[in-house]
Amino acid sequence: MPNSASEAPGGGADSAPEAVPDAAPEDGAEYGPEGRADDGAAYGAECGPEYDLAVIGAGPAGLAGAVTASELGLSVALLDASGQPGGQYYRHPSPALGATRPEALHHNWPAFAALLRRLAAAEVTHLAGHHVWTVVAAPDAAGSWDVHALTGANGDEDRPGRVRARAVLLATGAYERQLPFPGWTLPGVVGAGGAQAMLKSALALPGRRVVVAGSGPLLLAVAASLAAAGARVPAVVEASDYLGYARRPGALLSQPAKLAEAAVHGAALLRHGVRLRTRSAVTQVHGSDRVEAVTVSRLDRQWRPVRGSGRRIACDALAVGHGLVPQLELAVGLGCTTRRTVDGTHALELGPLQETSVPGIWAAGETGGVGGFQLAFTEGELAGLAIAARLRGRAVAGEGRRSPRVLRRRRARLRAFADAMAAVHAPGPGWPQWLDDATEVCRCEEVTAGRIREAVADYGARDARTVKLLTRAGMGWCQGRMCGAAVACLAAQAQGPRRAQGAQPEPSPERRPLAVPVRLGALAALDEPNSPGTAEPKPTER
Amino acid sequence: MARDRSPAALVGAATDDAFEITFDGRPVTALPGQSVAAALWAAGILAWRSTRVGGRPRGAFCGIGQCYDCLATVNGRPNRRACLLPARPGDAITTQEGHGHAELGV
Repeated sequence: MPNSASEAPGGGADSAPEAVPDAAPEDGAEYGPEGRADDGAAYGAECGPEYDLAVIGAGPAGLAGAVTASELGLSVALLDASGQPGGQYYRHPSPALGATRPEALHHNWPAFAALLRRLAAAEVTHLAGHHVWTVVAAPDAAGSWDVHALTGANGDEDRPGRVRARAVLLATGAYERQLPFPGWTLPGVVGAGGAQAMLKSALALPGRRVVVAGSGPLLLAVAASLAAAGARVPAVVEASDYLGYARRPGALLSQPAKLAEAAVHGAALLRHGVRLRTRSAVTQVHGSDRVEAVTVSRLDRQWRPVRGSGRRIACDALAVGHGLVPQLELAVGLGCTTRRTVDGTHALELGPLQETSVPGIWAAGETGGVGGFQLAFTEGELAGLAIAARLRGRAVAGEGRRSPRVLRRRRARLRAFADAMAAVHAPGPGWPQWLDDATEVCRCEEVTAGRIREAVADYGARDARTVKLLTRAGMGWCQGRMCGAAVACLAAQAQGPRRAQGAQPEPSPERRPLAVPVRLGALAALDEPNSPGTAEPKPTER
Repeated sequence: MARDRSPAALVGAATDDAFEITFDGRPVTALPGQSVAAALWAAGILAWRSTRVGGRPRGAFCGIGQCYDCLATVNGRPNRRACLLPARPGDAITTQEGHGHAELGV
């Protein structure tokens, strides 16, 4: 049985809306180690004092890295889109909701509480409500980096910010991978991680009777949370086969804590009468303006639906997802080298001490490959030690449970487990057979599977980029985050049966020069002639 | 199965400060600290946008600000992510038609 370790951890993804102060429109602000600069400081003017380290993302990895580095004497700025630290994994209700037991929605709260205590004691400048859109080499300070951010809960306050630092730790987490199926755009179909996020942060459910479907260990955690919060969960529909774990006993047995956690989820699901249906998928959502029922079909080993096996389940919501995708825009924009992971996503190629291929840029947590919160803590801590050593010109040091040697050994064990899990839940090559030609694949631009197949079969598209140029799939607001994996698969299938049957198609790398939509006004505020923000990146559409 | 279980009961949340927002003119109760999307979900509302091409209803999908499906017009300003935006007393949420800039005539 799996665990919930990959339950949407990481911190860089845009996150909870709470407690972000309403900022009066200003030209912008720069921050230094002494705290916020004068509100009137002109954005784009001479940079103020610089930090030793800018950490992007306040999930488990970013928090661990920021606190560790700060405790070793570095000045640290911690930027995060959310109003509260924790990232996606430790999302929790805003204080205004008055929750006396936020830990009731978490299995590993004490580790987070301990980190928050260290954060409170450390002199970390926590910049909440900061949506980082690019990181560039400082144009006028060799060896330093400029981190550019939009501000506000929605990232659209007229007050961009910039932090300069000698080193950057990317802890931007992950977002959920989606595979389309007929009806998945109906209101009431929500991401499994999304349902979890809305529940954890705002105590809201998408419906009263929620089917949970897709693939990966997150599904069990989501189903357990929804049931505990009062929703009926008629079924958890898992496309892979949990027997796959039996074929990888080594990696599993090395992680008794994770097995115990899986047992907790399993027991909770039993208690709530939730049925787990493996090697099955939702192949149709029914309803005109919102979800009324789903059809669940059996899958063969390739994830092709078995004809005639469909069974209808009444529900008013469907929570769906297929694992997580590392959030790499900032790293890819900096030129960091990536690698393919066992389940077909891209992750950063990292050195033994968490440094990317770009000296001075480090990464921890899901950015280096999805692996869960314990791995994120471990890598964040290791990165904090390594960055402090580099900037202070000393050897990497740490004692006892925090010695580099112990951390690296723990990291290797957790990575092996994560890879075993990813292999079990990797999408099978036959999933596109769920689609009919009318199924929308790109939700933003409303591009159907039929149009993508036409681009591939009739116009010769062989990759996601060409499909995008021909059909606009992946060109909308989300910049292909929701449809990218699917479009890449559909394009690759044209490369012949052998290629399509093979391990994984080539997904498009996460090239998004602007990590979040930036308004022209924010770009115009970058008024230096040499300012990096005015050079290569272009504003998104609309 | 217990009928009285709720997310608020699970985490021991209690607030007396519920306030009102409106959705297409009708009142909706919101709690302090809730996003606009969460308040609408709690009221059983799942869609607050119609798509540019097909005019199809959409609401929150990814829940973490990544998919932009939950764009809403809030107090007259379009294209705001309802899953990120905190609800504030008196907010007027309106269904966003298409790109939300009909006044531009594009």
